[in-house]
Amino acid sequence: MKDAFGLPQSLLILGGTSEIALATARRLIARRTRTVWLAGRPSPALEESAEQLRGLGADVHTVAFDALDPDAHEAALGKVFAEGDVDMVLLAFGILGDQANDEREPAAAVRVAQTNYTGAVSAGLVSARALQTQGHGSLVVLSSVAGERARRANFIYGSSKAGLDAFAQGLGDALYGTGVHVMVVRPGFVRSKMTAGLPEAPLATTPEAVATAVELGLRRRSETVWVPGTLRVVMSALRHVPRGLFRRLPL
Amino acid sequence: MSADAAQDIASATAPASLPVPVTGWGRTAPTAARLIRPGTYEEAVTAVRECGARGGIPRGLGRAYGDAAQNAGGAVLDMTGLDRVHAIDAAGGTVLCDAGISLHRLMEVLLPLGWFVPVTPGTRYVTVGGAIGADIHGKNHHVSGSFSRHVLSFELLTADGSIRTVSRGTPLFDATAGGMGLTGVILTATVQLLPVETSLMSVDTERATDLDDLMARLTATDHHYRYSVAWIDLLARGAATGRAVLTRGDHAPLDALPASTRRAPLEFQTRRLLAAPAFLPEGLLSRTTVGLFNELWYRRAPRARTGQLQRIPTFFHPLDGVPHWNRVYGRGGFVQYQFVVGHGQEDALRRIVRRISEHRCPSFLAVLKRFGEADPGWLSFPVPGWTLALDIPAGLPGLGALLDRLDEDVAEAGGRVYLAKDSRLRPELLAAMYPRLDDFRTLRAELDPRGVFVSDLARRLTL
Repeated sequence: MKDAFGLPQSLLILGGTSEIALATARRLIARRTRTVWLAGRPSPALEESAEQLRGLGADVHTVAFDALDPDAHEAALGKVFAEGDVDMVLLAFGILGDQANDEREPAAAVRVAQTNYTGAVSAGLVSARALQTQGHGSLVVLSSVAGERARRANFIYGSSKAGLDAFAQGLGDALYGTGVHVMVVRPGFVRSKMTAGLPEAPLATTPEAVATAVELGLRRRSETVWVPGTLRVVMSALRHVPRGLFRRLPL
Repeated sequence: MSADAAQDIASATAPASLPVPVTGWGRTAPTAARLIRPGTYEEAVTAVRECGARGGIPRGLGRAYGDAAQNAGGAVLDMTGLDRVHAIDAAGGTVLCDAGISLHRLMEVLLPLGWFVPVTPGTRYVTVGGAIGADIHGKNHHVSGSFSRHVLSFELLTADGSIRTVSRGTPLFDATAGGMGLTGVILTATVQLLPVETSLMSVDTERATDLDDLMARLTATDHHYRYSVAWIDLLARGAATGRAVLTRGDHAPLDALPASTRRAPLEFQTRRLLAAPAFLPEGLLSRTTVGLFNELWYRRAPRARTGQLQRIPTFFHPLDGVPHWNRVYGRGGFVQYQFVVGHGQEDALRRIVRRISEHRCPSFLAVLKRFGEADPGWLSFPVPGWTLALDIPAGLPGLGALLDRLDEDVAEAGGRVYLAKDSRLRPELLAAMYPRLDDFRTLRAELDPRGVFVSDLARRLTL
């Protein structure tokens, strides 16, 4: 069960090698989390992540999960929920893709969309139903500022996150009053292996800062969390910039 | 039939009521449960038999601060529909009543007959069932012990759907007293009452300049009073750390009353002010506002005054005058922290008070009290020593870590925290705090092998 500060005792991470997710797990283990499920494609990296968290004293299990195989989500996640209550599901999987390449290869672009959006729709709905049955829990969805307004430089990724973000908001409203809390997290540029080699955007942040914001959001039962918080104001302004001007901004 | 009653019956008989969010008095960590309000014992039995895979938990008036009367995904049995008085022995001073009756109602019924409830907490709006389940204490603990000491027997609806009569001195009695509703649903109870001549209290007030002064005063003279409690200013720092206002007293004898009130000495008057509005901004109770309040409260108290006559609500239940006072903390809610450390652990108490004071917790409702002898309830909270209770807004930065730290201090000193108020204890510390926990778990496993009775508190702490 979550405590008065929204801290979970058990955590399911979808996308078990995500740096943001692991930073969040480390932070939550330091407070209350004892059981962690890392869901992801079986790989040495997934096992390494599990080992790292075990070192912090948590009881960590890995579970085979592929965002691109929605037909298997019910079975894979059902197994986890059958083992006991899950206080928090962190939906953290996602790929950035390579915009220039993906524009040339539609199949690659579709893979970005399927992972980030349709995979999340399926896993999100499966998780939401299980949380609703247990009558409590938080579903934390890692969205992105890229979904707030499509940019020339990464609109394939951005559009997939826009879809995810809208889905998660609607899901949160659908689950209002059911004891299940849905929180959409919109980080800006996060320094991680996903963004390695990319030019850093203004207001860049770290996985640890996102983890801190998630912990605070859990305590406040926030519905939307921006990381850093100033992005909320910045994006709200950028959203209203006229298209002609927005196109020309060096974003 | 009133519209309210009609609605109550409709909701009680609705076949599959939809889950609704439920919280404790602190309004933190809401979870959804089906609320079922039995109107008869048969309905209660049916509700227990049919509460489903995620079990059920009885709930009274929802004054437990944390998650004791919540049951995510399962059933919550609102027992306030069973609230009759069955029999009063006006000569011997016992009452047989339904467990869903409030202490407020009992006072209304019993005071005119010259009897008072044996133990009352800081609110009259708790049920008899909740009073046993949390084994509550009041300002008279150092003299009268906790509530269960005055309970002669009760009827318990257990997981198999049967109703057992449970008497004092049996394991089931001791598991249920303080057992947080996890052994079953208390349906009725027979309670021993306290004779009183009047409905007024004779109260002595004095100030203590710091924590040591306070402890010295309580130790020296507590035994002169039936009721004793100290309001403590936890925002005061330096030499004033732990400054306090002691209020102690007893039921006023008839000859202490002025002639004007002597004609109706047992009249029970309560006053309700305006309810706190549903939406209040967070941060209303900040360090500044609470600091100001504490300063005024301390200065306003007389240095020493004796024999002041006060009404029962003024002395025992000042906050009951403001319905929904818990809303003043805003939507983030608040955490209540209460612990006890034994006599001889005064240093631990000083250390904890210093930590709280250094963290600048804006708490306007902090009280310190000396507990007397413990009662046999396995998970009953009071043990002889010092107990401190305080409310803190849940949004206070660093609060979770601070309270974890205090838990360690408390456990190290052989003390414990109060489960009826808990909403955040680290489960690992529970066994050290409650040495009879294993007995409790064993009895529950035998009595309720399918785990019919379960609450969020029980899940969080694996009770």
